[in-house]
Amino acid sequence: MVENFVPVLILFLLAAAFGLGTVAISSLLGPKRPTKVKQETYECGMVVDPPAYRPFHVKYYLIAMAFVVFDVEVVFLYPWAVKFKQLGLFGLVEMLVFIFILLVGYAYIWKKGVLEWE
Amino acid sequence: MDFQISDLSLLAPHMVVTGTALLVLLVEAFRPGKGRSDATYLSILGLLVAAGLTLKQFGAPASTGFAGMLIADGYAAFFNMVAYVVGILTLLVSDSYFRSEEYEHGEFHALMLMSLVGMMLMSGSNHLMLMFLALETMSISIYAMAGYMRTKEGTESSFKYFLLGGASSAFMLYGIALLYASCGTTSLTGMVEYFSTLPSLSDSPMALAGIALVAAGFCFKIAAFPFHVWTPDVYQGAPTSVTAFMATGVKAAAFAAFFRIFVVAFPIASGAWTSAFWVLAVATMTMGNFAALAQRDVKRMLAYSSIAHAGYLLIGMVTATSEAGTGMLFYLISYVFMNIGAFGIVIMLGKKGEDRTTLEDYAGVGFKKPLLGAALTIFMFSMAGIPPTAGFIGKFLIFKAAVHEGYIWLAVLGVLNSAASVYYYLRVLVYMYFRESESESGDVIRTSPLSILAAAISVIAILVLGIAPGYLVQIAEAATAAF
Repeated sequence: MVENFVPVLILFLLAAAFGLGTVAISSLLGPKRPTKVKQETYECGMVVDPPAYRPFHVKYYLIAMAFVVFDVEVVFLYPWAVKFKQLGLFGLVEMLVFIFILLVGYAYIWKKGVLEWE
Repeated sequence: MDFQISDLSLLAPHMVVTGTALLVLLVEAFRPGKGRSDATYLSILGLLVAAGLTLKQFGAPASTGFAGMLIADGYAAFFNMVAYVVGILTLLVSDSYFRSEEYEHGEFHALMLMSLVGMMLMSGSNHLMLMFLALETMSISIYAMAGYMRTKEGTESSFKYFLLGGASSAFMLYGIALLYASCGTTSLTGMVEYFSTLPSLSDSPMALAGIALVAAGFCFKIAAFPFHVWTPDVYQGAPTSVTAFMATGVKAAAFAAFFRIFVVAFPIASGAWTSAFWVLAVATMTMGNFAALAQRDVKRMLAYSSIAHAGYLLIGMVTATSEAGTGMLFYLISYVFMNIGAFGIVIMLGKKGEDRTTLEDYAGVGFKKPLLGAALTIFMFSMAGIPPTAGFIGKFLIFKAAVHEGYIWLAVLGVLNSAASVYYYLRVLVYMYFRESESESGDVIRTSPLSILAAAISVIAILVLGIAPGYLVQIAEAATAAF
């Protein structure tokens, strides 16, 4: 039973060794000539400004929360769709109830103005 | 998936309460009602309809549904009724409170109803997974309710409860995982079957660890020592009506699941858990009572007193007979009336933005507002367990069951603890009747017909249950006969 997992362990160790080894070798052998531009968070692209430590508008949290709720709904819909035939009428009714409850939540946040970006 | 349409009838009361919650939410979104009590009346109506459906489950034979996950028996029906009573009384005391604080929003009602659905499912769960989901449904709504009024204290209370509640859920889930690993199932029926094949529990230390972790999770929810540290801060910081809801509803639902799971599924480990609960019961009552002695704030004092009450109820867990179960059921329903009643009076004595909960604020109130003082006197007598109140009968039933099982010392310690508790309950009365009032406290009180109704219902219930407890004791006996 346990010995079946030995190949997995070896793969795991090899993967870890490859990942850690490359980083270790390049930090040992690589030349280091730091410049101001290289020290930036993103070495290429836009200059980062202003710093990220500042308050965000509360709207972001509301949108993010609404997104998580409806994203999870979709996550549930996938396995349900795959097993739709086996679940039969029970599964259909169950999922309709679930979607209905989320629909009430959708009507609620819509009416409360969460979706308006002003 | 063996599912019958008839299973849905077991879920009818839960569906009514859920439907009411959704309806309240929609009404709030489409017809926001400042200065009206639509949401309150609608929620109470929903709870009364659900109560009518639950009434039919009394006396009916126990039936399970949803692949044995949900059980509908007299025990679950009793705790569903407790949930409706908690819900209705909380709504009644909240009405004038949130109006005076200008926090009238239907979201409160919707959250409370969803939390009640969780409580109802907890008492009817025959499966640890359903129990855990119900526990989370109940708790997450309450985390939001605790921070419902955006005060500094409310937010702190909500956040503390959330963090510690999350940690306790992790304990419980780990315990459930260990039980699953050793039993191969998390259904109570399946676990009973597995344990019946074991000669003794020492053959399965993993299951024992699982049982201990599940017990720790429950002890957090009922605020038993040493898992009680969050209680005073959370209870003091939350809006007063939410405190009443947390102190009664959560405790009742957690004890409902606690008792069913341990007595039905883990009798094999009873040697281990009775001695653990023995220590917990004594430590919880003693700690709760002695800390309450030192409090100058009535809300905080009631928080510590709720810890002490959890201790008395744990005596019933130690005894773990159907007689003890009867006592616990009776105790919990009387605790609901006296606790929400007392918090209702605390709400009435405050004013907008100022709760006025120190003992000095109660000075002279007994003469300024005689009826209010009399009601609070009855609640305090009942909490202290003085006859002829329901609190006395509840304690009597629990201690009697303990003595019958030979836990004489436990009963003696319980009685000594109630004697000590008289001091701080009566101190409120001393301030109300024997101190000159120095401030304008009690001159103006915030009441409404609904909050007076809540106080009247609680007073009448406490006196009726205290003078003629026979009928309710019979119902409670029938509900716990199966254990």
